[in-house]
Amino acid sequence: MVSTCFLCQGLTTLAGLLLLSFGSLAASQIEDQAEQFFRSGHTNNWAVLVCTSRFWFNYRHVANTLSVYRSVKRLGIPDSHIVLMLADDMACNPRNPKPATVYSHKNMELNVYGDDVEVDYRSYEVTVENFLRVLTGRIPPSTPRSKRLLSDDRSNILIYMTGHGGNGFLKFQDSEEITNIELADAFEQMWQKRRYNELLFIIDTCQGASMYERFYSPNIMALASSQVGEDSLSHQPDPAIGVHLMDRYTFYVLEFLEEINPASQTNMNDLFQVCPKSLCVSTPGHRTDLFQRDPKHVLITDFFGSVRKVEITTETISLQPESGIMESSHEKDGMDEESLEPLKYAEQLPVAQIIHQKPKLKDWHPPGGFILGLWALIIMVFFKTYGIKHMKFIF
Amino acid sequence: MAAAVPLFLLVLLLLGSGGWSQAEPPRDSLREELVITPLPSGDVAATFQFRTRWDLDLQREKVSHYRLFPKALGQLISKYSLRELHLSLTQGFWRTRYWGTPFMQAPSGAELWVWFQDTITDVDRSWKELSNVLSGIFCASLNFIDSTNTVTPTASFKPLGLANGTDHYFLRYAVLPREVVCTENLTPWKKLLPCSSKAGLSVLLKADRLFHTSYHSQAVHIRPVCRNARCTSVSWELRQTLSVVFDAFVTGQGKKDWSLFRMFSRTLTEPCPLASESRVYVDITSYSQDNETLEVYPPPLATYQDVILGTRRTYAVYDLLDSAVINNSRSLNLQLKWKRPPESGYIHYQPAQDRLQPHLLEMLIQLPASSVTKVSIHFERALLKWTEYTPDPNHGFYVSPSVLSALVPSVVAAKPVDWDESPLFNTLFPVSDSSSHFVRLYTEPLLVNLPTPDFSMPYNVICLTCTVVAVCYGSFYNLLTRTFRIEEPRTGGLAKRLANLLRRARGVPPL
Repeated sequence: MVSTCFLCQGLTTLAGLLLLSFGSLAASQIEDQAEQFFRSGHTNNWAVLVCTSRFWFNYRHVANTLSVYRSVKRLGIPDSHIVLMLADDMACNPRNPKPATVYSHKNMELNVYGDDVEVDYRSYEVTVENFLRVLTGRIPPSTPRSKRLLSDDRSNILIYMTGHGGNGFLKFQDSEEITNIELADAFEQMWQKRRYNELLFIIDTCQGASMYERFYSPNIMALASSQVGEDSLSHQPDPAIGVHLMDRYTFYVLEFLEEINPASQTNMNDLFQVCPKSLCVSTPGHRTDLFQRDPKHVLITDFFGSVRKVEITTETISLQPESGIMESSHEKDGMDEESLEPLKYAEQLPVAQIIHQKPKLKDWHPPGGFILGLWALIIMVFFKTYGIKHMKFIF
Repeated sequence: MAAAVPLFLLVLLLLGSGGWSQAEPPRDSLREELVITPLPSGDVAATFQFRTRWDLDLQREKVSHYRLFPKALGQLISKYSLRELHLSLTQGFWRTRYWGTPFMQAPSGAELWVWFQDTITDVDRSWKELSNVLSGIFCASLNFIDSTNTVTPTASFKPLGLANGTDHYFLRYAVLPREVVCTENLTPWKKLLPCSSKAGLSVLLKADRLFHTSYHSQAVHIRPVCRNARCTSVSWELRQTLSVVFDAFVTGQGKKDWSLFRMFSRTLTEPCPLASESRVYVDITSYSQDNETLEVYPPPLATYQDVILGTRRTYAVYDLLDSAVINNSRSLNLQLKWKRPPESGYIHYQPAQDRLQPHLLEMLIQLPASSVTKVSIHFERALLKWTEYTPDPNHGFYVSPSVLSALVPSVVAAKPVDWDESPLFNTLFPVSDSSSHFVRLYTEPLLVNLPTPDFSMPYNVICLTCTVVAVCYGSFYNLLTRTFRIEEPRTGGLAKRLANLLRRARGVPPL
């Protein structure tokens, strides 16, 4: 009997030990999983997509920006987290033979404009000042939410810019420029205000690599379509529309992104290889020295998609219904109905009233500025000529 | 214990929902309507209206639950103390001369006019903030509205809703003519609709068809209206309207038959489940266009007649909530067909070929009684080759007269003539039908002044050039190529000259 007890005790302890070890194994597995959870360090994604060129022959820049917009939306970033700036309207341009469409390929296969597009800054609103205000967050208080970049220190931001550029600058709407130094300073402001966790900067212009030469804030990775001294070239024209539809670099980036889905594990090194010189004619460049992590551990979806980490729990949460509010307001309405007199509509064109209305008196302001100075001069000249003793004739 | 908890919750839920089933009927209602109007020029106008009426006085009651009325607009009304808001975004211009009078017209670009409540203290500040908020909602550059383009009209733009005082101090009006309307403005407008673009009339709102039009106008109107006939309480009304005009040649490929599928590339399948009324009206007041009558297919189950904009019009009504309208085919594709009587006209046109043959136009027309018919042809003047001009080109060039051959009904029937017996003047044209007589009339010839080159110019050019060459170049040429030698002046009289002659004969140098 005692031996069996000992046996069963031993068995239970053995079982307990085994369970414990399994439990600890499971715990360490969960910890590993939790580790993986916050591997990249970001919790939300934002995208700022800017097209800086105006006029119909710059159709390709709008198509570039809209292709990236489309990929980014497809991979999960919602419209509320995308700030899209288009400097001109190509889709409803009178010169567009197919209104409300912007195509990326010459056989009109892909309409990147789509049916569900929300442009936040358009036409004349795309200026260097507005762009820098969006990045740094110094926006007038009446700006609506959809026009703000409300990122925090756990946001990964994708910034894509395209247009005409040169060595050290990018042209906005053919009337002003932003220099690489201003851009670098704007990113430093963002870093100091903790407005980003990691930032991916892509630029598709001529001599694009010059724009990222001056960055000095941490956690920035940059890609450009051409080196200093090289031009970025456009892809192919469409005979029906009459202009070039896309730039080469973004065309191949779009092709690459079309194969990405929210669950894919493709990393940044693949993006660096996207457009070799044979296809792009210019040499795409990249800069990763400011970035903490190794690019091969950075997933494409860390910047282009909004992959939410979801935790499933089996607890139940109960909500209390609040039915009191709706009934009470209805009662109050019933009481008011009897006591008011009938209301009436306004007359649309009351001619008699219009003719006989009196003009409103404007508020009187004391004279200032030029008028005041003029009167002071006249009075001074008068008294100088005639002497101060004549004042007694006035008063 | 753990099993008992969910059971307890389940029981609560059942009781709760039982309590809710006796809740009052919803206080907002949606009506949607589409009016299709064939226009006199052959184009078709389609006007969508979505009206959400909310039986609530937003100024007095706190709102926590939004159902059909969009929250984005409801919050604006309470936050900025709005009495009325009218915003329209338009591309194109309504051509009244060709299309007739519109139901409502909007200016090209963006137009925003707002009446504020008289409880508001700083109207201009609210106006600026409101335009910024609206620019975010509708993705339009309404934030450019400021004091430089805002006015306060004093006489017109009276409130379209209920008003108990009209102090124009609370009205603000601004227009941005440069605003472009595109899909990014249509998308948020569609999202304000209760059924979005999933069911009802809003499935027809596809951007690629709606922007391929001559006129596109979308608007949002918010105003307070009477709740019932006695008008003792206020309801808020939100109307979203969209008017488009489809061009007969661009989208219709020149054909005059229209259908919903051709216009919108969609057909109607079901009404919006949240709508209390969902109707399509087609204007079948027939226009007298070459005796054609308009036929609508499928035939309507009801018609509606009223005086609209001053004229009596008849509309065919299709009620989508009536199950007989959308029958077994599960989709409603309205078709408008023009039925014309058999052709009795004839047109033959042969265009000219340069230096080969002239234009020829022959038309057979039936003229209605007591009417004036004008036939006009546009032409352009061209330049001929300089050898083809006559010696007096400034006289002009002649165009041959037109010929009119007509069968005119006779007042008195003629009897057939005998060619041998009757006088000669009666037998010029053979008469086949005694009820009408034949006449052939001619118009005057046309003298056209063509652009004539100045034929004297070659002569002038030659004269001028030769003069310049002779005077300038000739002088230089002479200076450069002539050699000069000094010549002694001749002195002495006749004797010296004779002596020089003799000496020259001898071969001796002269004196």
